Amino acid sequence: MSVPLLQAEDVLVQFPAPGQAPIRAVDRVSFSVAANETFGVIGESGSGKSTLGRALVCLNRPDAGRILHDGADPFALTGRAFRAHRRNYQIIFQDPNAALNPRMTILDSVCEPLEILGEATAAARRDRARAMMDRVGLSGSYAGRYPHELSGGQKQRVNIARALTVRPKLMVCDEVVAALDVSIQAEVLNLLAELQGEFGLTFVFITHDLGVVSHVSDRIAVMYLGKIVELGPAARVRHAPLHPYTEALLSAEPSALPAAMRTRERIVLHGEIPSPADPPSGCRFRTRCRFAEPRCAVDAPAFREVQPGHFAACHFVDQLTLQGPAS
Amino acid sequence: MRGWLRRDLRAAVCLAYLAGLVLLAVLAPWIAPYSPTAQKGAEALADPSAAHWLGTDDLGRDVLSRLIFGAPASLYASFLAVSIATGIGVPFGLLAGLLGGWVDRIISRLIDTLLSFPGIVLAIGVTGALGVGLTHGMIACGLVFSPTLARLARAQTLVVKNELYVDAARCFGASTGRILLKHILPNAVQPLIVQLTLLLAAALLAEASLSFLGLGVQVPQPSWGAMLARAYTYIDIAPEQMYAPGFAILLTAMAFNGLGESLRDVLDPTMKRR
Ligand SMILES: Nc1ncnc2c1ncn2[C@@H]1O[C@H](COP(=O)(O)OP(=O)(O)OP(=O)(O)O)[C@@H](O)[C@H]1O
Ligand code: SF4
Ligand SMILES: [Mg+2]
Repeated sequence: MSVPLLQAEDVLVQFPAPGQAPIRAVDRVSFSVAANETFGVIGESGSGKSTLGRALVCLNRPDAGRILHDGADPFALTGRAFRAHRRNYQIIFQDPNAALNPRMTILDSVCEPLEILGEATAAARRDRARAMMDRVGLSGSYAGRYPHELSGGQKQRVNIARALTVRPKLMVCDEVVAALDVSIQAEVLNLLAELQGEFGLTFVFITHDLGVVSHVSDRIAVMYLGKIVELGPAARVRHAPLHPYTEALLSAEPSALPAAMRTRERIVLHGEIPSPADPPSGCRFRTRCRFAEPRCAVDAPAFREVQPGHFAACHFVDQLTLQGPAS
Repeated sequence: MRGWLRRDLRAAVCLAYLAGLVLLAVLAPWIAPYSPTAQKGAEALADPSAAHWLGTDDLGRDVLSRLIFGAPASLYASFLAVSIATGIGVPFGLLAGLLGGWVDRIISRLIDTLLSFPGIVLAIGVTGALGVGLTHGMIACGLVFSPTLARLARAQTLVVKNELYVDAARCFGASTGRILLKHILPNAVQPLIVQLTLLLAAALLAEASLSFLGLGVQVPQPSWGAMLARAYTYIDIAPEQMYAPGFAILLTAMAFNGLGESLRDVLDPTMKRR
């Protein structure tokens, strides 16, 4: 079997917290992503999705474990070699506005990556940048504008165009449409789907919207407080979840049927997600789990392969009867 | 540029004033009616007249001529001090903010140490080491100003370096130098520019203090600070002697500040095309 494009091996990313134990934003997470796959990551706010995404493109260095790009640790590279390597793994951020330098024109921003790589002449770079803007549906009339003159959707297109100029192998999309108007979310998602085929991209698709992620992803990882609690093929995770947290997420999805006709009840997650600075002992989900037992407060459940390619971290994974998505 | 000046009257006025001042400084020998050092004891402390538009000083020297000949010294003094402060303070501040760790700790400690001395004591110390004279005095002044700029540059860098667009540039493989020049400096520069214009004004005043202490311009050469300092010594007899150099310093300081405020607006693209 060929080497996966991206692997996370037992990755830990923590942030120092004054006066207490460090926050383990990503806590011992492992998975791999094959070329041309779309790998979905879903979780509530604060579950560590962005931190994981940043670690995947070397913006955060794992405090333990490794990230492997094409089988090799990028952090083993130094200086120029490391910088040259980074083009292959790009990220589109959650906040399209903050990702653009407010003092650079749109065209200058889109040209910058090519400038860094020292590719072609200035004129050729501008041509390529304009072509890429055109491809993502941005008219050339925006070239001389500044970011604040564009809408959120347009800015996100600029970010996409800019990342594509370097022809990355893999792109992390961190809640790319979360900050956009509902009316343009679908447009941007469709654009990304088109670009994936056209540029042979591999996506790591981060979202808190299960509806979005299960439609575009081949496989899905469900995160809760820095841990992956379930990982498997998108269809299996969606229709036959193994973990009580996934079950709750699914039941929270809006349904097409009126309440009286639904066969499954809605599982309400009580309380807020606990603080990652002070996660619950044992199973991290136990404070909100409807199946929680005393054992759950003591032992952390192992992350194990329950069915081929379908993993979950729950002590009672074989014994629970979980409901599927609201239908 | 032209469009900007047409829209911004304040900037236009300040720039015109400063340009006029530079011209005056360059053309001083041709414009000034008298030599700045020619003394006429009989006419000491004379009131303004057709012969002496701004009167004469305690040694009977023409005040207008001294004011005109004082312009180059004063302008030179403030630009020298601010250039030195910028040249030292900004790079150190940027490096401390960007690199963090022990580099930051050393530079910050240095900044705090320098700031804890009263400025004038430091300036006297440096002139003591370098020797008396306007240039040395202003080098001292630049050193005294540099920690202020360093601290501001460091604080700005700390904010800007965590911006997402800096992360984006990193992902494309941008070098540290490029990130500093293309992303951090342009976004950190706004308050620095404003601070620079304030320092230009402060340097004008510092020149006055140093000349007053005999550490700046040497008699009989004129500078606005020296004139002000001298006038101060007989303020009881002839307080009006303070007006000419005082207003020259005040107006010039105001022009620097006004220009700074206008630059702050024009450097901010979110203020454009609104
Ligand atoms: N730079 C940082 N310094 C300190 N703590 C951080 C930092 N970045 C993230 N964290 C903390 O790490 C945890 C995970 O944050 P992260 O942004 O990865 O979550 P997320 O799943 O992306 O959430 P969201 O849906 O809100 O974007 C949070 O508790 C957050 O407060
Ligand atoms: S281990 Fe216990 S608390 Fe955790 S998900 Fe399973 S049943 Fe719920
Ligand atoms: Mg996030």
